[in-house]
Amino acid sequence: MGRKLLLEHVNVPGIETYDVYTKKGGYEALEKALKTMSPADVQEHVSKSGLKGRGGAGFPTGMKWSFLAKPDGVPRYLVCNADESEPGTFKDRYLMEKIPHLLIEGMILSSYALGANTSYIYIRGEYMFVLDILEKAIAEAYNNGWLGKNIKGSGYDLDLYVTPGGGAYICGEETALLESLEGKRGNPRMKPPFPAIKGLYGCPTVVNNVESIATVVPIINIGGEEYAKIGTEKSTGTKLISACGNLARPGVYEIELGLSVEEFIYGDDWCRGIANDKNIKALIPGGSSVPILPAHLITKTAAGETRYMSYESLSDGGFATGSMLGSGGFIVFDEDQCIVRNTWNFARFYSHESCGQCSPCREGTAWMEKVLYRLEHGQGTMRDIDLLADINKKIEGNTICPLGDAAAWPVAAAIRHFREEFEWHVTHPQKAIKSNYGLLKEPTL
Amino acid sequence: MISTQEIINKKPPFSSEKLEEVNRIIAKFPQGKEKSALIRILHIAEEEFGGWLSPETMDYVASLLNIQPIEVYEVATFYTMFNLEPTGKFVFEVCRTGPCMLVGSDNIIEHIKNRLGISKVGETSADGMFTLKTAECLGACGYGPMLQCGKQYHEHLTPEKVDALIEEYRQKYSSSKSQN
Repeated sequence: MGRKLLLEHVNVPGIETYDVYTKKGGYEALEKALKTMSPADVQEHVSKSGLKGRGGAGFPTGMKWSFLAKPDGVPRYLVCNADESEPGTFKDRYLMEKIPHLLIEGMILSSYALGANTSYIYIRGEYMFVLDILEKAIAEAYNNGWLGKNIKGSGYDLDLYVTPGGGAYICGEETALLESLEGKRGNPRMKPPFPAIKGLYGCPTVVNNVESIATVVPIINIGGEEYAKIGTEKSTGTKLISACGNLARPGVYEIELGLSVEEFIYGDDWCRGIANDKNIKALIPGGSSVPILPAHLITKTAAGETRYMSYESLSDGGFATGSMLGSGGFIVFDEDQCIVRNTWNFARFYSHESCGQCSPCREGTAWMEKVLYRLEHGQGTMRDIDLLADINKKIEGNTICPLGDAAAWPVAAAIRHFREEFEWHVTHPQKAIKSNYGLLKEPTL
Repeated sequence: MISTQEIINKKPPFSSEKLEEVNRIIAKFPQGKEKSALIRILHIAEEEFGGWLSPETMDYVASLLNIQPIEVYEVATFYTMFNLEPTGKFVFEVCRTGPCMLVGSDNIIEHIKNRLGISKVGETSADGMFTLKTAECLGACGYGPMLQCGKQYHEHLTPEKVDALIEEYRQKYSSSKSQN
């Protein structure tokens, strides 16, 4: 099954409460840090652990922390990004719902390392029921002296608050999140300056994903060097994968990075294969923004090597024949799924979620949605397929934030790997209107 | 039948109990940065004042935070969770994004339409009880198809479960009515 660092006690009854959490070793890492480590020591462990940001971009957490400006007399902030909205991703929700204190302990540890005295968890508005769980856990932490003034006699003060968004995917982008946290529209900011220099209220700020922050707890427990021994050389540690789509056993799993993709999809300990004994057609391994992989590139790379669940192996082959680990939103398509319909669905998502600030993204995502709708509904032409590729190029790299790229890449990848299927929709317009790429019941027209 | 009057009657201001809650929320942010509390207060205002944000409600929220009404409007119109028009007593928001579509969200949307006699998404049933909306990914991808109603997630939906759910909400409403 591999090592579990985050979800080891997830099925223990009452683990969401302070009492059970502490019985299972909770707050030991924090106690150890406050008694025996300086903030710089904690940061050192995180750097040595090799932890990469678990929100999707995979930027080394230790390095991100090292960029934080520390001018005298200016408050610094740690903000937890709990705006999990990437289609296919539901791991942070699982972690917060089941073991809220793991995030709280990670927040206190990380705030201590960064020298923040006020920290916020920004959670998506739809997770209001999770916000209630977190606030209950925070109240327990205050009552037991882990938050507030002079925590456990260490001289360190910290206040921790949760605040909700209002339903906007873009607020998962860190500068949009900060705007939203300031009570404004979620329009991403121009960078530089980066949040590490000017973030929340113009002060130096670190924004980290829920899972990244929670992972600081086991890193301090076992030590950064020990953590780095788990997983592969370039992808250290464990990762939460939220598996969904046409799987026999979808759900949230903690894997040691480096598990083979084949084992993860078909293994008895994991997803147990495709639902209803069907065949796999495609996989999006890291949330809807990463390139889709066709069946022949899922368990093997283009070079014929085994494909592993790791940053380096999933991106092997670049965008031509690879993808990305991303957020760990693992979406599996069975043989009955229409790629055009899915690509249209995701294009509609990005068009809906574009904040509207940059024209290439605002207009481009809407055009892509319209063109894909046309193709899916039997009104497309061959030129439309090339038009999509053209729109893609004009969005990519021309926007303030990466939402434009995130919208463009999946469309490009779908056309790259499933061009025939797009062409079928043009050559069989009547069937395209009523059938699912001729895969399910084909109507007689 | 819920009369429009019933919704219109729910007007600002907050009760003193709610005002206390609002002040606790404002206190979480540094002095001069009270606007940070805006989104959360809008959620509370929506819940308190009939399930939607009327211009009157938004102006009231602006006065609580000492900001211009336009600052509230621009936020309320940006975030999709806020209803800017009156809705039914219960709003069903069905996730329609990829992973849910793969496991049959389209069928669930169709079923709800038929069951409530609604011709398209966004409309409210004739008895004013249910509004059907669709939402983009709600973070329940492994447990779809699903819908959100208020704070509650309803997952692993089937047509039968949807029927039971509709019945459950109807009863919830009539029992709350009889208590008043």
